[in-house]
Amino acid sequence: MEAAMDLMRRISPNKSEMALSALLSLLPYHSSDLLSQVDQPLQVYFDTESGKEFILCEYNRDADSYRSPWSNKYHPPMEDGPLPSPQLRKLEVEANDVFAVYRDQYYEGGVSSVYMWEDDNEGFVSCFLIKKDGSRKADGRRGYLQEGAWEAIHVIEVGHQEEETAHYCLTSTVMLSLTTENKPSGTFNLSGSIRRQMNLDLPVEDGHLCNMGKMIEEMEGKLRNSLDQVYFGKTREMVCTLRPPPEGLQVRLPESS
Amino acid sequence: MAEEEEERKQKKEIAKWFLTNAPAGEIQYVAKDIRSVVGDDEVYDEAAAEAFPTYNKTHLVVLEMPDRSGDVIVTTHGELDESNYFDPRTAHVATVDHVKQVCTKVRPATDEELPSSYIEEFRGALDAEVCKYVGDTYPKGTCSVYCTSGKDVEGPGENFEFAIVISAAKLSPQNFCNGSWRSIWNVEFKDDMQVVELRGKMQVGAHYFEEGNVQLDTNTECKDSTIFQSPEDSAVSITNMIRHHETEYMTSLEASYLNLPDTTFKDLRRKLPVTRTLFPWHNTLQFSLTRDITKELGIGK
Repeated sequence: MEAAMDLMRRISPNKSEMALSALLSLLPYHSSDLLSQVDQPLQVYFDTESGKEFILCEYNRDADSYRSPWSNKYHPPMEDGPLPSPQLRKLEVEANDVFAVYRDQYYEGGVSSVYMWEDDNEGFVSCFLIKKDGSRKADGRRGYLQEGAWEAIHVIEVGHQEEETAHYCLTSTVMLSLTTENKPSGTFNLSGSIRRQMNLDLPVEDGHLCNMGKMIEEMEGKLRNSLDQVYFGKTREMVCTLRPPPEGLQVRLPESS
Repeated sequence: MAEEEEERKQKKEIAKWFLTNAPAGEIQYVAKDIRSVVGDDEVYDEAAAEAFPTYNKTHLVVLEMPDRSGDVIVTTHGELDESNYFDPRTAHVATVDHVKQVCTKVRPATDEELPSSYIEEFRGALDAEVCKYVGDTYPKGTCSVYCTSGKDVEGPGENFEFAIVISAAKLSPQNFCNGSWRSIWNVEFKDDMQVVELRGKMQVGAHYFEEGNVQLDTNTECKDSTIFQSPEDSAVSITNMIRHHETEYMTSLEASYLNLPDTTFKDLRRKLPVTRTLFPWHNTLQFSLTRDITKELGIGK
């Protein structure tokens, strides 16, 4: 299992889907571990009843069907798929609506879905998902990208409420790939995936959605920033180490912060 | 029985896939992992025997020759057979252990393996110029010039071809960072047209994997030409063209990086929302309200 995780850290994120399915076939006994520890590219399905797209993941799956957050129904249909309690479903509906606005303001397009379910400790878990195709053929407003994918997975465990506060544990993964292609510079591709965690105790007076939303917004900002500044910066530093720019023409490297 | 054979074949193919897709300088780490994941040393060994030569040749792996006479580049252009690689500068042939990535033996090249003295004049002059350029430009660079066609041409009147291979790798696994620069330049000396045509392929990769996995993968191709001159003059003008194109490519990579934060990356996710202020999580009721109104008025979908 450790070796499998190390392989996922080495193989290009662009090939992670292939790598994961290869590992699953080699390690059938570890399939649930692999699926929970390795984030895979998100798929989208069209919910004909509500006329909207939703994202498929392990959290809305039962057997071969997936629950749409819009209609609360499984696709393809199934009789007794698990559903959140009516109270939690109400929060889920609200979260989906608000998160769609959030997504549009930051992403100018894309698809989002939020799923919630009760856990065993009187708390609940939420999963916020975003998938954006930023290529010039899809939702890339500026048309710079030949290919561009951003996928964000935020899983928040919300602990049982104690007095006025609750404990929130957020695990976020961002996977991205961008390719530009033009005459003199050829094909330029950057791909990556990073995962981070954040733990907070917050007063519940503002509501769970407000608390979770703020954590996600802060986390996405941090992840985007470290990808841009630190991770891309490191690969750029590497290029400059391989072939240093002529002296006197020192390029400025982004400050790593 | 047939099923078992099928499963074994599949395991081997998977192991090969992981090995050949290892980033620059990381195949030994990938090998250790995949050996343990496959859990069958025999299958692993078979996969390694096939995957390592491919990987070494695509990554233009540089190996030190045992007698300290220099380095040999593992490339199809110098390949005599699966495990023997010709180094034109030292006129030696190195025997390579692909899986261990070491050079085990070296012997002087035979007369049949060497180019004619006419060709060697062009090749040697070009090698000297390119070496100087690579030495000045790449702190960890290695280069070699191979005659890929017409090595037995004895004098003017016939065409011949060279391949210039430049390989530079920087490996610092302790800093979670590896990278490589590879360029291959094809040089056609067209005696009949009195021109020299140049075709280049450059490829740069970088991998940063501290608490994450981010990879850069770029490549480009270009063309140029010059007039057919004496060995020394040809060497200088060919090297100048290479310097020009490689510098231009480096500049365009820099430009791609500079464009990232404000243009390219913005098409994936903005730094700030379109409203330019943080999202109003405190006041999300407004969104559900508008929604209700929209619904009541029967507008929207």
